[in-house]
Amino acid sequence: MRVTKFVVTSQDSEVLPSDIAQMIYGSGHDVDVKETCFGVMIDGEEKEIDEVVKEIRAMDPPGIFIKDRGFPPGDPRRCRGHRGGGARPGLYMIEYESKILPLISKGLIADAGGDEEEPIPPTEKAKWLSSDKLEAIIKKEFS
Amino acid sequence: MVKVMVYPPTSMILSDLVERMGHEALVISKEVRKKINTPGLDSPPLNITPEDAKRGLRYAAVDVPSGVRGRMALIGPMIEMADAAIMVQGDGCNLGCTGCARTNELAGFLLRTKKIPLLELRYPEDETEAKWFVRKIREFLEGLE
Repeated sequence: MRVTKFVVTSQDSEVLPSDIAQMIYGSGHDVDVKETCFGVMIDGEEKEIDEVVKEIRAMDPPGIFIKDRGFPPGDPRRCRGHRGGGARPGLYMIEYESKILPLISKGLIADAGGDEEEPIPPTEKAKWLSSDKLEAIIKKEFS
Repeated sequence: MVKVMVYPPTSMILSDLVERMGHEALVISKEVRKKINTPGLDSPPLNITPEDAKRGLRYAAVDVPSGVRGRMALIGPMIEMADAAIMVQGDGCNLGCTGCARTNELAGFLLRTKKIPLLELRYPEDETEAKWFVRKIREFLEGLE
């Protein structure tokens, strides 16, 4: 079965989408490659793609992230060129997660470095204002 | 190899971390791929059809909006297949298949009541939180058999 995957590079990775594309062209695998603004899309038979994924990850293990895509590259149901422009459905999640990829990369580097220290758990975020507290504020303001 | 459901089901970070650790990530794009590669009456095949809203009745009542049932037609079978799950809150993505709060609540409820190993976290906002996030996910995935 043919599968399609997104390869997204972290903002602080020194690997460019064009480097990944060049590596795939040079590897001789029978895989279609399409460069995009956030990385590359690769499309091919599952076995070929699995091998290519390993080679791509080896280029920058903490800086390259890979996910599956349902539609093949250039599919008219998703491709902006066929739909009159606008963001591709599904881009929003990639856009959100791309912003935090440098943080995840740092987390992966720290984890791979055998950091024995237990990371500090995140602090409790501010919770919603409780109804009792709101009632007290209203009484104080309007009494 | 364990089938790990990731939520949000479109998450690149979670599916990447799961597959790095040698497990299989259950993500919505694989379900969509199955649908669009299966020959059917729709040409081109659509990713959601009226039949899906009916299949969603397995997970949500008939008076629940069709958007929830349509989403559950894809997400529900993934929950049934899952041997473990990682749920991350606070993505701030209010569009697409993760843009429905009711579906997210229902999927979370089904995952919690399935009694499978479940890790619940929030998306990191700084480097310290990211280190904690990655460490917790690695420890969770290493503990799966």
